[in-house]
This record gives sequence, C-alpha cells and structure tokens, in this order.
Amino acid sequence: MIIRDHMADITDSRNSHIALTGLSRGVSKGTLYKWISWLVPALILVLWQLAARTGLIAPQVLPAPSSVATTAFDLARNGDLFVHLGVSLLRAATGFVIGATIGLALGILVGFSPFALALFDRSIQMVRAIPFLAMLPLVIVWFGVGEIAKIFLVALAVLFPVYINTMLGIRQIDPKLMELAKVIGLDRVAVVRRIILPGAMPSILTGVRYALAHAWLALVIAETLATTKGIGFLAMDAREFLQTNVIVLTIIVYAIIGVVADTSVRLLEARFLSWHANYANRSINVR
Amino acid sequence: MSVDLVVPRQTHSPALAGERPAPSSLAVSVRGLQRRYGSRVVIDALDLEIRAGEFVALLGESGCGKTTLLRALAGLDLPDAGQIRAPERPSVVFQEHRLLPWATLWENVALGHETTVGRAGAARALAEVGLAGREDDWPRNLSGGQAQRVALARGLVRDPALLLLDEPFAALDALTRIKMHGLVKELVARHQPGVLLVTHDVDEALALADRILVMRSGRIAVSFPPKNHTPHALRSILLEELGVQSH
Repeated sequence: MIIRDHMADITDSRNSHIALTGLSRGVSKGTLYKWISWLVPALILVLWQLAARTGLIAPQVLPAPSSVATTAFDLARNGDLFVHLGVSLLRAATGFVIGATIGLALGILVGFSPFALALFDRSIQMVRAIPFLAMLPLVIVWFGVGEIAKIFLVALAVLFPVYINTMLGIRQIDPKLMELAKVIGLDRVAVVRRIILPGAMPSILTGVRYALAHAWLALVIAETLATTKGIGFLAMDAREFLQTNVIVLTIIVYAIIGVVADTSVRLLEARFLSWHANYANRSINVR
Repeated sequence: MSVDLVVPRQTHSPALAGERPAPSSLAVSVRGLQRRYGSRVVIDALDLEIRAGEFVALLGESGCGKTTLLRALAGLDLPDAGQIRAPERPSVVFQEHRLLPWATLWENVALGHETTVGRAGAARALAEVGLAGREDDWPRNLSGGQAQRVALARGLVRDPALLLLDEPFAALDALTRIKMHGLVKELVARHQPGVLLVTHDVDEALALADRILVMRSGRIAVSFPPKNHTPHALRSILLEELGVQSH
C-alpha cells in the first residue's frame, strides 16, 4: 500500500521521466504505473463501499460512498449546496483579495526601498512568527463571530506568504540585470515592467500558492465559528444530527476547492513562467 | 555626436540623437581621468582616444583598473576627476551574457528599443550572429557561445558609435572563443563602431585589435599598433609588459 502510493507519486508528478519508460509487450512501464496509480484509489473506494454496505463499518462512523453521492445530488438539486458553497467562496475570495493586495503592496514597497525595509520588515517578521490560528480568540474578541472576523482571519493567513515572497522576489533580482538596464537606458517604468516584475514572478506565484493553502485552512477554521451559511455551517449542522454523510461531503467539497485553487495557480505559472526550465512543460502536466 | 563632460558629479551628457561620427572623428576621448577608491588610486591622469571604427584592445593584470576604465566609459562608474567625451549610450557586452531569461531572443535584442528596432530589426541582428529563425526561442535553450552571440546582437542592433567589450569571451571554451573572434571582427568591420576590448588574453588582443594598450598602475603604459611587429615578437613584448617572462 505504502509502496504503491509512492509509485503513484512518481508517475503523477512532473518528474515522470524518472519512472522507467522501457517497453514491455506494447505497454510502457510508465503507462502501467499510471494505471496502477489510479487503480489503487478506485479499489479503496470499492472496498469502502462494500464494507459500508455489508455493515462492517457503521453508517454513523463512515457512510458508504454511494450515500455521500446521493447526499451531494440531493443538496445540489435543492440548491442548498451551491448557496453554501457560494457563501464560502465569497468569504475566501474577499479575504484573499484583501490579504493579497496588502501583502503585494507591502512586498513591493519593502522590496524596492531599503528605508521601507528598515521601517516595516522586522515588525512584520515578528508578527509572522505567530501561527495565524493562534489569533483566533483575539479575533473573536475584536470582531465577534460575524463575517468580518472570518474575512479578517483569511486575509491574515494570506498576507504573510504573499508579502514575504513578493519582497524576496524583488530583492533577489540579479543586480547585473539592473546594470544592463542602466546601460541600455531603460526608464523606471520599463525596468519594473521588463525586469523586476517578471524576475519576481516565480517567487510571487509561490507566495500565492502558499496563500491559497493558508486561506483555505483559515476558512475551514473560521467557518466552525457560529454561522448560518457556508460549507462549514453544513458540517457543523450535520454534526448536531450525526449526519456523517453530509460531513464527509463537506470534507470532499473543501478538498475539491483546494485542488481547483492549486490547479489555477499552476495554470498561471504555466502561462507566466513558460521561460523557466522548471515550469516549461507544466501546462501538459497540470492535472 | 558627443558632449564635453566635466566631472565631478555628472554622468554622460546627452548626445545629439541619430548622428553617426564621420570616419575620421573620435568615438571616445578621455583626458586626465582619475578614479580613487578611498586612498587607492585606480586610474591616474589617464588619457585615451579611440577613433570611429578603430578596434582597441586594453590589456592589463587583474586590478590594474582596466575594467574601471570601461565602466567609466559606459557611464556605470563616476570618475573623480577628468574629462570624458563619449556617446551617450555606448553598447556594452559583458563577460556574462546578461540576457533576460523571461524574454525571448528577439525581445532581448530589442530591449529598450522595441518601437525603433522592432521584431524585424532584432531578427536581422540575430541572423547576423548566425541565429536566424531563433527569434521566439528562450535564452535557457542556448549554449554559452550562442548566448554571448545574442548579447553581441543586442549590442550592435542600434549601430552604436562605441562598443565596449568587457572580457566577453573569457567564459567560453577555446574553440568557441576562436569562432567568436572571427564573428566579432566581421561585425565590427560592417558596423564600424569604435571598440574598446578589455581582456587579459594577449592572443585575443593580437587577433582582433588595430591598436593594443597595456595598462599599468592606473595609466596607459604602452600603446602600439600590432602591424609594426611580427606576431611572435609582439607576443613577447606584450607578455613582458604584463610581467610575464617569455622564452
């Protein structure tokens, strides 16, 4: 099981060329491993279904996959699922935009100006050392348990990874390229547009990726606070009534949205970093 | 084509745009240049003239101030005293290619001159250095020699009056270096910029230059055209000037 998972990892990653590709009776090993990598989760799903149907696992502990699917279908049909999903996405998006904007602006400012670096960086790094979830009780005291508290928590989670990576990306621009810009006579706007932004882009996108993961974590926690809408509410509500099928569904929805968010950043990377050897063929491998 | 520059505290003055120097005019003229780092004098009362179309090689031991001189001409280093008459924007080819990894080859060649040079002009410059059809390629797909050829194309695409070469072949392997010598010679003959090549390679200077200068303790110690000597004799003279005993 562990070994197979490891194989799946190799064949699925963009390091797939490491996997053996020798031909054996028409099917390459790479293709075979790829099949195996998909077969394992499918098999687990089947076993789970069988175990739940035969009563080996009580439905209160873990409902059958088919039961979760039916629940998803019902909630989708009456629209509840989308209402809650929409509310959750709006929270995440609002918090993300606020946090990312502040992080990007601060990162650019500190990246460019040694004075701003002296002024802000140490303080920001100190605050960054706090795990943002440890702020939760304080956030509740400040903002109560309403929407603002939730959005604040998401924004807080997003701000630091975006700030750090933007700042580092700008500060790590090769000074030799800046010298070239001077020789060629690029004006300030052109220097930012042609050298600094594209040079910092890999770092900024890394920051965005971390930020999305953090935002999602913050949202899950924030939505366990008193709430009447959102995926988190669905889960809390279902807990009250021991509806494990709904709980499992919310977990899966969180997972799907996480994957979608990560994939969208990968697409951005493929679009903006096609010049970079590490990202050159990413567009093909985006899952 | 050039404007007097009186230091201290001033960078290159704007040159009259678009004007090419007449064949007999000077690409660069330096008088009494001085540059100090703290109490150490790196360039001391240095005079230098390079005619348009002339290829000058500047030899010297490490730390003799030859790169500092080139950087002063490029406007990257401010002298402490003296006078420099140079085009406002000489082209510089550095030891490293300094291509933007996120820009295609043609964007690199046309950098800063997208409207005047354009894709077509960049493509012509790339063809000149033997990289026709590679306009949309990325720098990461180039070998060291190819990357340096793109840097050369970028330097020449605007037909500069002065081309500054800062040990541009030092990082290349011996065979590639010889090929690059031929290419540079050909391109300089066609575009006719004044050239200052900073190098520590005596054979490179002999292969390329119309005039060879040896810099020592912040001054031009020796200056002569290689034509008046046989290559072998010249090599011995130069090596001796550089403090190497030849046999």
